[in-house]
Amino acid sequence: MSNWPLDSVVAVSACQVIGVVLGGPLLVGLMRKVRCRLEGRAGPPIRQPLLDLRKLARRERMRPAQASFVFSAAPVLLVATTLVIAAIAPLLGTHPALASSSDLFAVVFLLLFGSVAIALGALDTGTAFGGMGASRSMTIGALAEPALLVAILALSIPAHSSNLPTIIGSSLAHPLWLASPQRLLALVAFLIVIIAESGRLPVDNPGTHLELTMIHEAMLLEYSGADLALVKLGESMRLTVLITLLADLFVPWGIATGPSPGHLVIGLVTTAAKVAVLGAGLATFEVAVAKLRLFRVPELLAGAFVLSVLAVVSALVIS
Amino acid sequence: MRLFALARRLRARPVALEPAQSVSADIQEVALRNRGSLQLRHVDAGSCNGCELELTSMFSPVYDVERFGIRLEASPRHADGLIVTGPVTRNMAAPLRKTLDATPRPCVVVALGDCARDCGVFRSAYGVEGAVSDVVPVDIEIPGCPPDPATIIRALRSLAGT
Repeated sequence: MSNWPLDSVVAVSACQVIGVVLGGPLLVGLMRKVRCRLEGRAGPPIRQPLLDLRKLARRERMRPAQASFVFSAAPVLLVATTLVIAAIAPLLGTHPALASSSDLFAVVFLLLFGSVAIALGALDTGTAFGGMGASRSMTIGALAEPALLVAILALSIPAHSSNLPTIIGSSLAHPLWLASPQRLLALVAFLIVIIAESGRLPVDNPGTHLELTMIHEAMLLEYSGADLALVKLGESMRLTVLITLLADLFVPWGIATGPSPGHLVIGLVTTAAKVAVLGAGLATFEVAVAKLRLFRVPELLAGAFVLSVLAVVSALVIS
Repeated sequence: MRLFALARRLRARPVALEPAQSVSADIQEVALRNRGSLQLRHVDAGSCNGCELELTSMFSPVYDVERFGIRLEASPRHADGLIVTGPVTRNMAAPLRKTLDATPRPCVVVALGDCARDCGVFRSAYGVEGAVSDVVPVDIEIPGCPPDPATIIRALRSLAGT
């Protein structure tokens, strides 16, 4: 598997990008559907986010008079960085041709880049809600990103590499590692980070617009039209990338390990199934929990960080 | 036991649908533009909160207006239009105009309830500026004091095209 022909690498990357762009809104729609059904409602169709995006993309785009280019660049940067992750990260296949760039640090920093861009865009509007949302989201981001980094670091210790394809490849070769304590600790930390990073319950409620509890939504209040469509698309893509990474790192079976089209098709089907199951699980969890008070959120994220540090320690002790 | 109860509840879902309202050419144009996705910004211009109660119950499991792709938004920037309740009081006339200015075009304005249409029981009260149509152009009116959720949903579905 060390030498993949260039066209198959391109095919895997293209499939990943298309899958994330189309699958992101569908995943959000699926999670909304699961949530609605558990609340006893029929809920909007799963393709509703795509309908919303299509309509938004054609609407007038308004910009606050005092906003600079930062405001208009932020949505583009969010989508662009997420697209880069979608192209290089091992979401469908462990193609080694891109191994040097799909380093875990590169992926985590690209994720962070998008959220910093949106926070700057929100600050740029000069409104009270923009500043409030930006400061809250940066507080949470600053606590969540280290936990994510250290959690993946725990997985990289047995593989002796920080390349995501190598980590996945080695856990495929040694399936027993998947049940080891560092894996389970890192898994819990990873889950908490996904919830925090994508602004979902119990950290943030994507459905609420109560002024004092908003974190993420507060940053988007000034965006309209195509800008808003880009932000919404970017967010759903981020969620998809994070969930897919979780699925591939902790349940790697089915990922394309070879260059043939058959591998790719199997990878597509299994990854879509894994992501759908994980998304439905997250939505079910969301129905069952209440939102945490804002001052309790750092405690939750500190817990995630401690878990991932413990994962690293146990990985060092065991290996 | 609880799992079985949950599974039963998941199978049973509200599916009863009334046929969509037949509407004028202007509204059909709006519906064609939205095609299954309608977000509105709610402005309370001086309502007694009767219409707000009905608006809230639209989102309950009984009516579940969200299945038609209709939502209320927190910001006029995200909205396709405004849904205005109550007679427009003197204090709310300027905020209502400003909200309309902050909404991207094209934008529909829905006057919800008798007060929004012609001031209702508040007609010629000292604090009332006028009906919604005296302050901003109105595209569609929903009568009733308050209109029941089914009536509101029928009107909004004609705007959403679902």
